[in-house]
This record gives sequence, structure tokens and C-alpha cells, in this order.
Amino acid sequence: MGHESSVPLFWRLIKSRYQLIGTKCKTCGNVFYPPKYLCPVCRKEGKLEDIKLKKTGKIISFSIVRSAPSGFEKEVPYPVAIIELDDGPRLTSQIVDWKEEDLKIGSRVEACFRRIYTDGEEGIINYGLKFRPV
Amino acid sequence: MIGIVGYGGYIPRFRIKVEEIASVWGSNAKSIKNGLMVEEKSVPSIDEDTATISVEAALNALKMAQINPQKIGAIYIGSESHPYAVKPTSTIVGEAIGVGSEFTAADTEFACKAGTAGIQMVMGLIKGGYIEYGLAIGSDTAQSKPGDALEYTAAAGGAAFIAGKKNVLAEIEGTFSCSTDTPDFWRRENVEFPRHGGRFTGIPAYFKHIISATKGLMDKLDLKQSDFDYIVFHMPNGKFPLRAAKMLDFDSEKLIPGFVVKSIGNTYSSSSLLGLVATLDIAKPGQRILLTSYGSGAGSDSFSIKVTDLIEEKRKRIKKIQDYIDDKEYVTYAKYTRLRRGI
Amino acid sequence: MKVAILGVGTTKFGENWDKNLRQLAIEAGTKAIMDAGIRGRDLNAIYVGNMSAGRFVGQEHVAAMVSGELGLSIPASRIEGACASGGLALRQGLFSILSGQHDIVLVGGAEKMTDLMTDGVTSSLMGAGDQEWEAYYGVTFPSLYAMIARRHMFEFGTTREQMAKVAVKNHHNGSLNPIAQFRKEITIKQVLDSPMVADPLTLFDCSPITDGAATLILCKEELAKKYTDNPVYIIGSGQASDTLALHDRRSLTTLDATVKASKEAYRQAGITVKDIDLAEVHDCFTIGEIIATEDLGFCKKGEGGKLLDEGATEIGGRIPVNTSGGLKAVGHPVGATGVKQAVEIVLQLRGQADKRQLKDAKIGLTHNVGGSGATAVVHIFSR
Repeated sequence: MGHESSVPLFWRLIKSRYQLIGTKCKTCGNVFYPPKYLCPVCRKEGKLEDIKLKKTGKIISFSIVRSAPSGFEKEVPYPVAIIELDDGPRLTSQIVDWKEEDLKIGSRVEACFRRIYTDGEEGIINYGLKFRPV
Repeated sequence: MIGIVGYGGYIPRFRIKVEEIASVWGSNAKSIKNGLMVEEKSVPSIDEDTATISVEAALNALKMAQINPQKIGAIYIGSESHPYAVKPTSTIVGEAIGVGSEFTAADTEFACKAGTAGIQMVMGLIKGGYIEYGLAIGSDTAQSKPGDALEYTAAAGGAAFIAGKKNVLAEIEGTFSCSTDTPDFWRRENVEFPRHGGRFTGIPAYFKHIISATKGLMDKLDLKQSDFDYIVFHMPNGKFPLRAAKMLDFDSEKLIPGFVVKSIGNTYSSSSLLGLVATLDIAKPGQRILLTSYGSGAGSDSFSIKVTDLIEEKRKRIKKIQDYIDDKEYVTYAKYTRLRRGI
Repeated sequence: MKVAILGVGTTKFGENWDKNLRQLAIEAGTKAIMDAGIRGRDLNAIYVGNMSAGRFVGQEHVAAMVSGELGLSIPASRIEGACASGGLALRQGLFSILSGQHDIVLVGGAEKMTDLMTDGVTSSLMGAGDQEWEAYYGVTFPSLYAMIARRHMFEFGTTREQMAKVAVKNHHNGSLNPIAQFRKEITIKQVLDSPMVADPLTLFDCSPITDGAATLILCKEELAKKYTDNPVYIIGSGQASDTLALHDRRSLTTLDATVKASKEAYRQAGITVKDIDLAEVHDCFTIGEIIATEDLGFCKKGEGGKLLDEGATEIGGRIPVNTSGGLKAVGHPVGATGVKQAVEIVLQLRGQADKRQLKDAKIGLTHNVGGSGATAVVHIFSR
């Protein structure tokens, strides 16, 4: 985040971030990750419930970040990618345990639990899911 | 019977060779390799830590056990490198693997035997009828002072065990421990690297406790050396467990399947536990395994573990720990230094 | 619709170490007021486009700051839509006149970015993306557009050379523009060889970090002739939104918001895309211009690269794009860009674009995007 990591801001999303829990609309059947709190398709007719998603998917597009935002200086260069989960929704995250040849549109990946960001020497540690090639 | 319902390990991918470290300090790699019986050690990625490694190991154990994670009633994680000094790793892991909130948890510390202490704790809660399943993990990303002898072996890894009474793949027949106030290896609060007593870490520390605990276990359960098919001792290097086996009159061949230290170094709280994982990966039903951990400060937990018929079907569900050992990428000392800084 | 533009003004765009945010805003403001031939007290309202003064210089309440500096107590509002803040401020100023509420308004855009170090700027700019689901993972703006570029290359065969041609063309145009941050010509090779920022985008594929401000004075059609013989009119406006995060979009290679906004603008203006003589489009990254030319209808989807190979968008081509030098060469002080784009169109339509002047430009278009495409606003201008 480039500045002091807010505790409640981070804590609120732990369940969705750690376990890949999204939401599914019972009315239209659409699955959303990151989770939506209002179904954008049905709006007031929508009924959302939690759904745990499969941790596998494929790369839709990717890039390698070489100029870091604040807080990520120690990690550059790192790949980021838009990943389409096998259950449907797309999300954005980093790719880890990678070699050049793994970074292709269409490459299969799976989620793994990693550190995302540490708020300096004294602040909290933000964890989440990154993706590695299978 | 109480025993292991599912187990899993995780070893980070990077490795650094003894030769690479020795070249930086102008030391003789060959004699170090011979002395320690270690070729290379595992190095965590910049975004890995004890919590992330514990999650990987625990997810493997859950996959093998095939139980609803919400049935886990206790989580104990033992490490010397918990991400926080205050704020438990066990709840981060509990959240990440979907245990819900109805469980007890604590982090333990007892140098390299913090993980086996956790196994004893869940055994007690299960036997007392307080929980249905318990998760015990030993996991570490060990740090060593650059240029110190420990730099060749201080490594990273994790092993997780789900214990319970149903569908047990290996019964824990009994356990015996030995604990004394022996300051052989320590780290003071707010100090980055541990210190040790050099040769003092041998006979009065490692060997004394491994031998007492193992002998105590064998007496208590009325078992002889020949009753065990495999043995696993804590592996600070390759020489110590071999010597301990000899001192206890065990055939050293029985150490071989669990002898992970040669390829990954000393993974501290997961050292003996990863040895157990490697052994369970190949053991046949009916075979018996002796496990004795050692934690500096000092103490040892010894276990007798008997494999059941369920093991072959269950262990097929996850990667073998040998696959993790073989999936590796070498780094230079420069990259190793960068990775050690962590985020 | 027909709303007149009486006056324009900009600061020099670049690293303005000596000027703070209020100085930049006031400089552009007073230039526009003088160019319009009005007096400060003739203004009825102020609309200010600014993305992130809070993070760049710790200042919110920016519109009140501007009106205070001008010594005016008229209504002053800040409009924010990330990098489209300037275009949105223009649209709000426009609406305030069309509604009959105001007769003469000042529309300004300003941004002061260079008081932070690069990593701080990179981080602040991610406020235009999804903080919790993109920025959280260390994603940067260059990497978002890089993913768009890579997908465009994959789906349509667009090449890095074609992307580089955008930078070369716009730097050439910038060399003819006295306010531009970059005034030197560059070559394709220089673009390709410059350091990689987020593969496949190099430093020269990316618009720079810039300080700057731009201002327009708008007035209702009936009043225009009182102040000027050479009015330029806004004859169409369109705006649309899309999902905040790039991963939620229908397509990575089309900015649906641009398509919708431009269709609405053409409809309001009563024209088709063929009537457009020139356009200032949102080239925050070179791929941005390529996709914009497709989404605005200058060519078919996937053929934006070809336009560059043909030279169609150069000064003198069939549809000149970014005669000012674009965001790439003039610079991209985020909130100011949308207004600066309009300034360029006005200068061209008035015949005041000097070395960049097109022959016989009658109808111009501005295209301003927020974030990776969550907001798009298009305006059509005519003599």
C-alpha cells in the first residue's frame, strides 16, 4: 500500500484472501472473485452467498514489474498476472517460483500462500495468495 | 488407537551448495561436506516464512487426511522463527486452511523440538476426549550468522501432522521425553542470530537427551532395537544422528529413508519431522518407526510409531517429500543474501 | 449543444521545482482569464480537476484553495476521476452552463507530482486502480497497461515497434510545442533500448511524472460574441464507466467506456467519426493511443498499430492524433491532462497552434481516460 498498513482494512478481507472465498449469486448463478457485496447483474434481485473457489487457473496476461511501488522494493523484478480461475472469475496477483518459459498466456497456475507486504520493522504482515506454475 | 490421520511436508525450492558458501569465506568445501555430511541446504523465497511454509504442509496433511478442516480442534505450531514475537502463527495458519474459529491454538518454542512437543499436546487433548482431530506443525526459516559454521546447515522447511482416532495411517504407540536446563544453543530476545557452545552441543546436549529419551521410550514400551524397522533422529547435520544410532546399538541402515539433512540441511523444528515424513512415504503396513527429536536448551521427545494398512491408499493423495527435495533451483551467495533479507 | 470557449491557458509542463500546486493553478488560471478578455469577477463558478493532491502534497479541498487564491467567493468544486479528472471537470463546467445555472465558468486541471520520490508516486497512482485487489499485490500502472499491451500483441499481432512509433510521433510533435516536458526527437531504437519498466513497456513507452496546470474559460453561446470573434464551441460530450479493476473487464483489449463515451459524443454533436479532423487521445502509455484510435472508431479493432505504420496519425496524415505531443511528450500531470487536451484542440481550431498547426481543422475530439479504463470522457469541439 505504500504507507502504513491499516489493520482493519487488511483484517476484513482475510477470509477471502487466504481461502479464495468469493460470492455466488443464487439468482443469476454468476460467481465473483474478488467477492461482490451486490450482484452487479441482478442488483436488488440478487442473493449472494459465500463460495470457496478452486485454487487452479490459467494466465490471461502478465507483465514483470521492474520499477517498484513503495514497500515492494525488495522484490523487484516480480511478475504480475491476470489469472482466470477454473471456476470462472478473474483476479490479479503475483507469479512466484517462475522461470521465463512459465510466463505465457495460457500457462496453468495454482494458488499458494505467501507474504504480500510487511509494514516496516514494526507493523503487521499482510499475507495472501500468489500463483505458481504447475 | 491414537495416531496420524494425515501428514504433509513442504520444502522451499531454492538451494545453496556448501561449495558456494565455502568459496565466499575461503573455506575447504570438501572437508566441510565430509564433516557435516551435508551437500546443500534449502533457502526460502523472499516472500516465504514459517507461516506460509506451515500452510503448505498443513494443506498437504489435510489433503491426505480428507477430513473437514472445521473438525480440527487444536493447532500447535513449533518454530524458532515465528513471524511475530507476539501474535500467533497458529491462528494465521488456522484461518488459511479453513479451520473456522472453534479451536484452541498456541505457538510453541523449544528450539528444534517445538514441533514434536505439539504432537504430544494434541495426543493429550484427543485422548482426554476434548477434541476430535489436532494439528501439530514444526516449521522454520532458520537464520545463521554469516561466516559461522551454522551457515552451512541452517535451512527452511515444514511438516504437519493431523492426529486423531479415526482412519489412522500410523499409530502413535507411546511417547517418552527427557528435559533439562542445558544451555547448549540459545538466542536472546531482540538478537538476530543464535549462539552456541561449540563442542558442548555434542555429548552433554544432543547425545545425552536423544539417548535418554530413546532408552526411556524403549523401556516404557518394552521394545528392543530389532522391533524397529526405521529410526529418525533430529538432524543438525549428518554425523550426529549416525553417531547416536551407533551409541544406541541401532543398525544405521534404518536411518536412510529419513536422512533428509544431506539434501536440505537442518530445517530446525521440522528436521526430525521431515525425516518422519520421508520415512512414512516408503514404510509398509506393520512396520515400526522410532522418532526422537532434540531441542536445544535442552530436551528430546521420543515416539514409537506403527504403520497401519491405511497408509498406502492415503499417502498417494499428495506429492512425496522426495519430490519437494528434487524440485530445486540453485542460488548464488549473492542471491542467498538478498533472499535472507525477506519482506 | 453549443457552449463557447473564450480563453485558454497552461503552465509549462515538466519538473517545476520552483512552483507549488497553488502557483501552478493560478498561473494557468490567470493566463486563461486574460486570454478570454474577461475579469475575475465575471466568473460564476470554478471546476477543478485534480486526482491526488492529498497523497502528492497532503492537500485536499483543492477547489477552495484555487478560489481563495483568485480572491473569489464563487462556487468552487473539485472533480475526481483519476486521470480523467480534467475531462470530467470540463464536463461538469459544461453542464453547469447548459443547465442555465451559470453563464461563465473556469474549468481547470492541476497536479503537482514531483514533490514525492518515484516509488511514492507509483504507489499513489495506484489509487486509480483497485487498492484492495490490484495495488495490494504490488501491481503498478505500467504493469496494468503492460498486461493490456501483451494481450493486444497476442490477439492482434501488434508489435513493440508499432508501440514505439507512438512515442516517436508524439515526441516529434512535442518538439514543436513550447509547453512540452520533452522537446527532443527520439528514434524507435531508443524506445526499444530504454530500460524495461514493466515488460514489454520500456521507459519511453510510459508518460512521465509531471507538474502542470491547464485552464479553460467557458461561457454560454449567447454571450460568446460579446467577448471574442474567434469562438470555439463544445458541441458534444460523452462519458461512460467500467469496472475499476482490469481483471473484471469484458475485454482486456477494448476500453468499453471509450466506445460508449465516444458514441454518445458523436450522437450529441450530430457527426460521425469520419468528420473528426484531429484528436487528443489518452496515451498514458503508447498502447493507450493504439487502443484509443480503435475504440474511437478511427480504425477497426486490432488495426491501431497499422495506423502508425501508415503514418495516418502524424501531422499531415489523414487523422492527426496528439498534435500537442500527447501525454507522452507534453507530460501527464494527472488532473491537468484532460483540460490541456482541450486547450490544444482550441488552439488548433483557432489557428493558433503555430508550428503544429494543421491546415483547415474544423472539428476536434478529446479523449480522457481514468485508471486502466474505468472512466472515459470524450468531448467534440467545432469552430
